[in-house]
Amino acid sequence: MKVLDDISLTIKKGEFVAIMGPSGSGKSTLMHILGALDLPTSGSYLLDGANVEKLTDDQLAEIRNQKIGFVFQSFNLLPRTSALDNVKVPMDYAGVSDGEQDLKARAMLELVALTDRINHTPNKLSGGQQQRVAIARALVMNPAIILADEPTGNIASVQAEEVMAIFKKLNKEGRTIVMITHEPDIAEHAQRIIHLKDGKIVGQNVSPRT
Amino acid sequence: MCHPGRDPGSRNYLYRFPIGSGMTREGMRINKLVVNSLRNLLANKMRTGLAILGIVIGIGSVIALISMGEASKKAVQSQIESIGSNLLTVSPGSTNSGGVRGAFGGATTLTNEDAEAIKTSSEVTTIVNVSPEYQSRAQIVAGRNNSNTTVVGVEPVYSEVRKLTLTSGSFITEAQLTSMAKVVVIGPTLVTDLFGEGVNPVGSTIRISGKSFQVIGVTQSKGGTGFDNADDRLYVPLTTAQKQLFGVKHLTSIALEAKSEAVMTQAQNEIGYFLLKRHKISEATGADFRIMSQADILATASAVTGTFTSLLTGIAAISLLVGGIGIMNIMLMSVTERTREIGLRKALGAKKKTIVLQFLTEAIILTFSGGIIGIIFGVFGFFIYAKVNNSTFVVTIPSVLLAFFVSVGIGVLFGWYPAKKASDLQPIEALRYE
Repeated sequence: MKVLDDISLTIKKGEFVAIMGPSGSGKSTLMHILGALDLPTSGSYLLDGANVEKLTDDQLAEIRNQKIGFVFQSFNLLPRTSALDNVKVPMDYAGVSDGEQDLKARAMLELVALTDRINHTPNKLSGGQQQRVAIARALVMNPAIILADEPTGNIASVQAEEVMAIFKKLNKEGRTIVMITHEPDIAEHAQRIIHLKDGKIVGQNVSPRT
Repeated sequence: MCHPGRDPGSRNYLYRFPIGSGMTREGMRINKLVVNSLRNLLANKMRTGLAILGIVIGIGSVIALISMGEASKKAVQSQIESIGSNLLTVSPGSTNSGGVRGAFGGATTLTNEDAEAIKTSSEVTTIVNVSPEYQSRAQIVAGRNNSNTTVVGVEPVYSEVRKLTLTSGSFITEAQLTSMAKVVVIGPTLVTDLFGEGVNPVGSTIRISGKSFQVIGVTQSKGGTGFDNADDRLYVPLTTAQKQLFGVKHLTSIALEAKSEAVMTQAQNEIGYFLLKRHKISEATGADFRIMSQADILATASAVTGTFTSLLTGIAAISLLVGGIGIMNIMLMSVTERTREIGLRKALGAKKKTIVLQFLTEAIILTFSGGIIGIIFGVFGFFIYAKVNNSTFVVTIPSVLLAFFVSVGIGVLFGWYPAKKASDLQPIEALRYE
């Protein structure tokens, strides 16, 4: 079954792109390929100058570790683990020393305004706070791209605005962000909105807010 | 491979590691793996505890049983060696009436005359002492106490041949043997049973099968235990035993002391042919007696305790195997429960090796701690056993090391499959798993 068909997409460094489309449009599959979680059966994917094709599982793991920061709809923080330790997880897999991990993780949590919550476990944090921890975790390896899959899908609208404010700030600092959403008002925070339907790009437009 | 162009204004980014640098290939360090494992194991204390318990029972019983086996083997050896290595024992063969073969030692074919012949014959050159013996059980009464135990009819030479020493009084004399005196030398266990702890019974009178005997000596403890305990016997003159107590004319054994350990085999052959000739038996296979050296008895006893020990250890090993399967079960459950976590870790850059190590570390922590607690329990159990049975308490280092490595090995063995299963999960599937 062909989920994506004839997709040609270029995302420039420093862009903030939203991908929209109804369920079954191939958003998730596109996200998986962009996130090096899956490989396209044909075609090619260039990420930060590197060709992400025909790689082994471990090579893909390394790409994800080094070049991609994930933000998931359901946060996916480790339970019973403090915000600080959650942010450190990607650095564990990169072999960063303990002292440096601590320094960087604290800096990232400061960036998402959670300095006073670093020792809280996820069950002691609100949805919005959990998502901010997840954003700190996504940033800590200084990735080429931030991939957010419905980042506001599980949080209240006030907190969703906070998350969007962080994304915008990061984008202003030069971060590349790709966000999947089905909410038009969330998508409007991006600079460019790409519409998917039945595995094809059916339209692109510049966000009305910019 | 650095990307300086993408960092302006972001003072928080210290620096990034380029792909392919040595640091990214290191994987996680051991301390992080252990901390993660402990966090996961402590999240479900009851389950972790039960999984460990399986290993504790397995390792504990292996340790305890190996130690008990070693201890009883040593006890048997030292007991037999204490009797002396120059000793040959002739016992009668089995009864053979109407084609029905009875138990060994049941026949009445060994007589005082056989013993006398060995003693006096010029054909026998390797034997220095001959001790004819008759033993049977009898009822003993002393005051209000009584006991049913082994009475041995002996000649004075018995104490020399069997290396018997006395703590008080004297042994049976030649004169007492000739006069069929009603005198008795008793073992220390029997002294305690009949007279109480620390009482010197020399001079007292006891009744054996209703007949009065005067106690003339007490033997020194040989440290025996259980059935046929050398300390729970009494010795009377052979003539008294045969004629006054049991009314028999045969012997139950003849103990022979060889000149030296070097001539043991020669002595065994010499006595064998001598007795065959005396009993007019042409084939060695038809012999109505049996000659055993200490080496033979030792080998038999060791084989028996050895078989017993390996049997028990085998059962303990099965319980250890069951414990290992318990660990595997827990780990498989854990992999299923933590599918999303595994997916997330892979999405964040965990390689297969890292996931395998994570789950293996958990399994090994389980079996390792189970092993340590098991060793403590096993040694403690053996300590109790040694106290109760009054046997030596010696824990051999190899058995502890073995248990230790086996417990870690079980972790690797039974943790491998669940760990492999976890590492093979596809990140997308795992992240979607509810």
